[in-house]
Amino acid sequence: MSEKILMKGNEAIAYGAIRCGCDGYFGYPITPQSEIMETLMELQPWESTGMVVLQAESETASINMLYGGAATGKKVMTSSSSPGISLMCEGLSYLAGAELPCLVVNVMRGGPGLGTIQPSQADYFQCVKGGGHGDYRMIVLAPASVQEMYDFVDKAFSLAFKYRIPAMILADGVIGQMMEKVELRAPKPRRSEEQIERECGSWATTGKKPDRERNVITSLALDAPVQEQFNIKLINKHKAIEENEVLYSTYMTDDAEYLIIAYGSMSRIAEAVIDMARSEGYKLGLLRPITLFPFPKKAIDAFTDRVKSILTIELNAGQMVEDVRLVVNGRIPVNFYGRYGGMVPSPDEILTEFKKSIK
Amino acid sequence: MEREKLIKEENLAYRKTPLLTDAVMHYCPGCTHGTIHKMIAEVIEDMGIQEKTIGISPVGCAVFAYNYIDIDWQQAAHGRAPALATAIKRLNPYKYVFTYQGDGDLASIGTSEVIHACNRGENIVIIFINNAIYGMTGGQMAPTTLLGQITSTTPYGRRSDLNGFPLKMTEIVAKLDGTCYVTRQSAHTPLAVRKCKKAIRKAFENSMLNKGTSFIEIVSTCNSGWKLSPVKANKWMEENMFPFYPLGDVKDR
Repeated sequence: MSEKILMKGNEAIAYGAIRCGCDGYFGYPITPQSEIMETLMELQPWESTGMVVLQAESETASINMLYGGAATGKKVMTSSSSPGISLMCEGLSYLAGAELPCLVVNVMRGGPGLGTIQPSQADYFQCVKGGGHGDYRMIVLAPASVQEMYDFVDKAFSLAFKYRIPAMILADGVIGQMMEKVELRAPKPRRSEEQIERECGSWATTGKKPDRERNVITSLALDAPVQEQFNIKLINKHKAIEENEVLYSTYMTDDAEYLIIAYGSMSRIAEAVIDMARSEGYKLGLLRPITLFPFPKKAIDAFTDRVKSILTIELNAGQMVEDVRLVVNGRIPVNFYGRYGGMVPSPDEILTEFKKSIK
Repeated sequence: MEREKLIKEENLAYRKTPLLTDAVMHYCPGCTHGTIHKMIAEVIEDMGIQEKTIGISPVGCAVFAYNYIDIDWQQAAHGRAPALATAIKRLNPYKYVFTYQGDGDLASIGTSEVIHACNRGENIVIIFINNAIYGMTGGQMAPTTLLGQITSTTPYGRRSDLNGFPLKMTEIVAKLDGTCYVTRQSAHTPLAVRKCKKAIRKAFENSMLNKGTSFIEIVSTCNSGWKLSPVKANKWMEENMFPFYPLGDVKDR
């Protein structure tokens, strides 16, 4: 029988990291995600798997530690919350520019500025569109349960290494703080030095061997034509990700006449809204993007031909809704309802908004 | 005697280390970055650690250090090299890891990273080139610019009331419990080069002894930024830099 433990979303990230063979965690405390590093320090994985856990002096240092570690082919991760992610954006741009795989967990809180410590989804633009300078994307996974917090650590690392790209788990304070049962998967060992050499030796700085040229990890081109070629390489990488890695789920959409689009904790609330709406006779369904980049454009496009209108709900002033509207392109009404600054709406509140939106 | 007969192993007085690549260096004539690169390359060759060494280049004139020494390199964001080095060394404890940073990189934007890496006692080597000016961006004031020194952003000379005081990083990191070896060297004469190379070797050896961080400041010139000939720049360095940044070991434990 598989092991099931009741834990917080943040704790699940820590368990997921140790059990998927993560080599190193580098982080800086910030609410509402500090349990991630606290759990790691309590579990002392350096005694069991050999995983390094280090409390860095800042988010800036943490993300640059990821750069250093990732450039040696290791599975490295950090976690933070909104203001800390802003500090990491310089480093994320360098990681993307140097094509390094890594995992960043963002448990979002209300902003802007120091904001609040309550749940929010206000970093959608920042994280899904890049965040730092230059033209780049990250793979962004949006968990909606504690189980997914656990499972997405491994999934994010797999995708990050498959494409040599930074990956992010974009959660909100609700998912980080709530407790649910988590089924622990069979642990994966950390990769051996030989395995890393085999898998990453063509690019990683593992020490120059006599049979290969030196490996240099850099994001500097200096010549515009060279930089443009690199940009084209990134664009093609992003296209391949959009082609192959889209994930989404649906709820009660087979006969849906109306559609809610929501991710993360808002998709959980949306399920309750749909049950309530259906008991009143409204044929309402849910589409939940699991990957925010790549965004489920094709799925939304298909629904646009089937439903009368879409209501996008978010814990922000309307960010993902812009991407929904780009896909729908004016064919049907796309409405928006959001709460901000750490406030979370009730299912009743959203049901009222839904009814208003279809009048 | 014919030339071919002279070229024998026993007659060999000098050869370029194969760890120094044949790439043409972009440094200005008179700059000691090239000399320092050569010393590092020779130490790596002498210790036989090419396969185990990872270098981190900064933002600044030495950003392209990875073109000149034939080892694996990472290029860091401005000032962040000690953070990279921390992770590389902790994840790869059997590798030799060194950062190569200028005064803008290490003493200005990167003070946080260097202080905390030194304070944690990371088993890494930090090589700090201090020429008291921003070379690559065209000669602006550095944190280490001397009082009265003219730069493009202190055109009438650095004033303490306007620009603060020159920062002595070596003395600062020597105070931290995490450092084991802190020294200030130069590379402008054959004798200075011999001493400096010895210090670099010692620092690399320290990084496998679990003793803490080794920090080497190398007081250098910037002929282009200082607007002096190489010879005059060396003289200016001896007369002005050395009194404020005295050479020698500050800490060795």
